[in-house]
Amino acid sequence: MTILAIERLSIAFGGVRAVDNVSVSIDEGLVFSIIGPNGAGKTTLFNLISGLYVPQDGRVRMRGEDVTGLPPEQLARRGLSRTFQNLQIFFRMTALENVMVGCHRHETVGIFPSLLHLPAVGRQNARTRAAAAGALDRVDLSAAADKPAGNLSFGDLKRLEIARALATEPKVLLLDEPAAGCNAVETGELAGIVRGIADDGITVVLVEHDMRLVMRISDRIHVLANGRTLAEGTAAQVRADPAVIEAYLGVHGSQEAARAVG
Amino acid sequence: MLRHTADRIPAVLRRPFVQRLSAIAVIAVIAIVIPAFFPSTYYYRVAALVFVFAIAAIGLNLLMGFAGQVSLGHAGFMGIGAYAVAIGPTHFNIPSWLSFLIGAALSAFVAFIVGRPILRLKGHYLAVATLGFGLLLAIVFVNEARLTGGPDGMLVPRPVLFGWSVRGTETWYWIAAISFVFGAALAANLIDSPTGRALRAIHDSEVAARVLGVDVAKQKLVIFIISAVYASVAGSYLAAFNGHITPDVSGFLRSIELVAMVVLGGIGSIAGSLVGAALLVMLPQVLTFLHDYEQMVLGLVVMGVMIFLRAGIVPSIAAALSRRRA
Amino acid sequence: MAEFVQFLFSGLTVGAVYALVALGFTLIYNASDVINFAQGEFVMLGGMTTVFLGLAGIPLPLAALLAVIFAMAVGLALHRFAIETARGANAVSLIMITIGASIFLRGAAQVFFDKQFHTLPAFFGSEPIRFVGAAILPQSLVVLAGAVVIVVLLWTFIDRTLLGKAVIATAVNRLAARLVGIDTRRIVGFSFAISAAIGAVAGILITPITLTNYDVGTLLALKGFAAAMLGGMGIAAGAVIGGLVLGLLEAFAAGYLSSQYKDAVAFLVILTVLFVMPQGLLGRAKVERV
Ligand SMILES: Nc1ncnc2c1ncn2[C@@H]1O[C@H](COP(=O)(O)OP(=O)(O)OP(=O)(O)O)[C@@H](O)[C@H]1O
Ligand SMILES: [Mg+2]
Repeated sequence: MTILAIERLSIAFGGVRAVDNVSVSIDEGLVFSIIGPNGAGKTTLFNLISGLYVPQDGRVRMRGEDVTGLPPEQLARRGLSRTFQNLQIFFRMTALENVMVGCHRHETVGIFPSLLHLPAVGRQNARTRAAAAGALDRVDLSAAADKPAGNLSFGDLKRLEIARALATEPKVLLLDEPAAGCNAVETGELAGIVRGIADDGITVVLVEHDMRLVMRISDRIHVLANGRTLAEGTAAQVRADPAVIEAYLGVHGSQEAARAVG
Repeated sequence: MLRHTADRIPAVLRRPFVQRLSAIAVIAVIAIVIPAFFPSTYYYRVAALVFVFAIAAIGLNLLMGFAGQVSLGHAGFMGIGAYAVAIGPTHFNIPSWLSFLIGAALSAFVAFIVGRPILRLKGHYLAVATLGFGLLLAIVFVNEARLTGGPDGMLVPRPVLFGWSVRGTETWYWIAAISFVFGAALAANLIDSPTGRALRAIHDSEVAARVLGVDVAKQKLVIFIISAVYASVAGSYLAAFNGHITPDVSGFLRSIELVAMVVLGGIGSIAGSLVGAALLVMLPQVLTFLHDYEQMVLGLVVMGVMIFLRAGIVPSIAAALSRRRA
Repeated sequence: MAEFVQFLFSGLTVGAVYALVALGFTLIYNASDVINFAQGEFVMLGGMTTVFLGLAGIPLPLAALLAVIFAMAVGLALHRFAIETARGANAVSLIMITIGASIFLRGAAQVFFDKQFHTLPAFFGSEPIRFVGAAILPQSLVVLAGAVVIVVLLWTFIDRTLLGKAVIATAVNRLAARLVGIDTRRIVGFSFAISAAIGAVAGILITPITLTNYDVGTLLALKGFAAAMLGGMGIAAGAVIGGLVLGLLEAFAAGYLSSQYKDAVAFLVILTVLFVMPQGLLGRAKVERV
């Protein structure tokens, strides 16, 4: 069943058509990757889907409902969350508190009980803390729970963002280059984490430059170049597509690659 | 070694709620003990003023320090609170305590109305919009002379509570001190609550907060309203305590002074708000011996603190202490 | 008609001063991201120093020149001893430092000058010129002409000289400017000096009309800041337009509505503009990149 459908989405910045007439349909429970060279428009597409940018043309549908132009907080309530390529960490809070913010939409106590610190607040905090600790555990970051986020390594921060997004209990999770800056071991762990998330029924949309990771865990891959769709298919189909190879390596490079493979 | 000591502290004392309240308990104890050292009522007066301004500073600190939104017009809300306790009893026969509540409610309402459009602005645009808002209120107070007495201000009737007339500097000291401790406790409670976490998140990254489902506009509005009520309460106390008010209470310089209290004391630090208020209330009193040079020295102190204690007095000292211990 | 022209001219005159103050804000802001709330004190220093040097027997043109140089020295000192030492402090702390500086300068003016109001003789007499029924002070024209000259000079300088290009480069991207060998610290210091000079000239030009005292800077800084934001922060043309619009709003509001509420009308309009155009009149909405 299609959980997220993007129809003929477009946005331009000045003269740059960052996303140009892109349509994607994503089935529930998959790891769906979006790849493409630098500047292809992947992050911009995420910004459009998550409501940070309003598209100049086209629609976004979640489970058939038109959510085009809805603000991010309302999309979050409908079960969409994301991470950022350039980290957006709450640096002045601990790792656990970062993830607790992710639980915000499930928290029910209002402002007056909070001011008075009524018992309900203590109970709510305990629930939130437990949920956040669970999310941290899913990304193997429990040991860092009480460290200030500012003291975490880059790779840990990438995973902290995933935990934070998971804490919102999303149906669809957008991950923007989670493996960037990670070493081989961390990337391996990440593959397990992402697969695990999808196995729990959360649809993962993955933007990633690490092709080994992409090819290993993606159920389906969509290729963008210069804001436009280049190809879509399974890992094997995309890998064999001459247009994709050319976009990545240029004409000359693709000949070299063909020789190397052949 | 450190770990060891931490382990010996009973679990209940390590709970953040208890930790926060113990910091406030320390302030409360100081407030109770310190009058023993006051040689004259003049000291009660200054200390009462410190607490009154510290209440307004805490409110502004919630807005600036936790949500990261600046207001250069917060004295406007002090003005609403101040004129409420002046105008209510004088012109409408409303008892002072009720006027006080009406002032706070009115401040909340005004903050609610102007908050949404104003808080959409960012950075310096927000600064100029809040500045304009404060100025508008001050202009109203100056020009609606029939109600407010105009630029010369008006007398504030002595509040009567259950037949007991609130008078005397010492009484006001206790009212201000207790209110401050209460206000500080509420503010501290807020920090470790869903709202508090959302606000601190907004301060660091609005986009991240939004994609996590935080309604940024609503949270900013909530804290703007709360900080307006703090300012209003402080304004009411100031007016009733002084017995006389002028539109200066809501002027641009007052707003700047409130910001200075928050920033000098330490953005995000509740104890800092008290220290900042103490500094800016007491400094002019201390500097009177300098006569004409008072303003110059005041300016130099403000500059010096900001240059040498960038994070503000309390956080800078706390950081220095913890460095030494480590 | 006569009334309208009268208000128009008084609005443009005050607006020109606001525009110059706003221009000072903009120069410093572009070079360093600092909002300099001591900008109004430069205006005060221009007027007051000229007045007191004049009283000391120095011919007024020379006194005016010395006053501008003095203001520039103060601007440089502010940069060198306060802004430069606090490098790396956050925006609010930097603003606080400039507010401290403005309190200091106001205090110093009380001590070393006095607390009285002073004036300067109008440059070309004070016999009003009749123009379609309105009486226009020659000094108003001097203020307007002065503002035009300053804007043209500044524009030529920025557009035509290497130093001007360095100022632009610093404003656009400080790191890149440093990488191509521009001494951005000197550029920031230079911006403080030029802003101070512009403020001082504005103060000298307007004193014959509005008088001056140690305290005139506060209100001017506030209005100049508002004007800069109205036009769009960091945009020189915006500062000029914002200043003129603000001056005109005040003059027409005072003339046609009520002089008590002239500031209220001006700020109501500013608030309304910002609600509709959160980046000011000339500012372009930026999409935040994440
Ligand atoms: N807010 C913006 N304003 C102006 N141009 C933008 C903005 N956001 C993106 N662009 C432009 O749109 C194009 C696509 O950028 P985008 O960040 O989406 O690429 P990407 O595929 O994520 O690249 P990378 O792999 O390097 O992250 C680029 O040319 C970029 O400069
Ligand atoms: Mg990207």
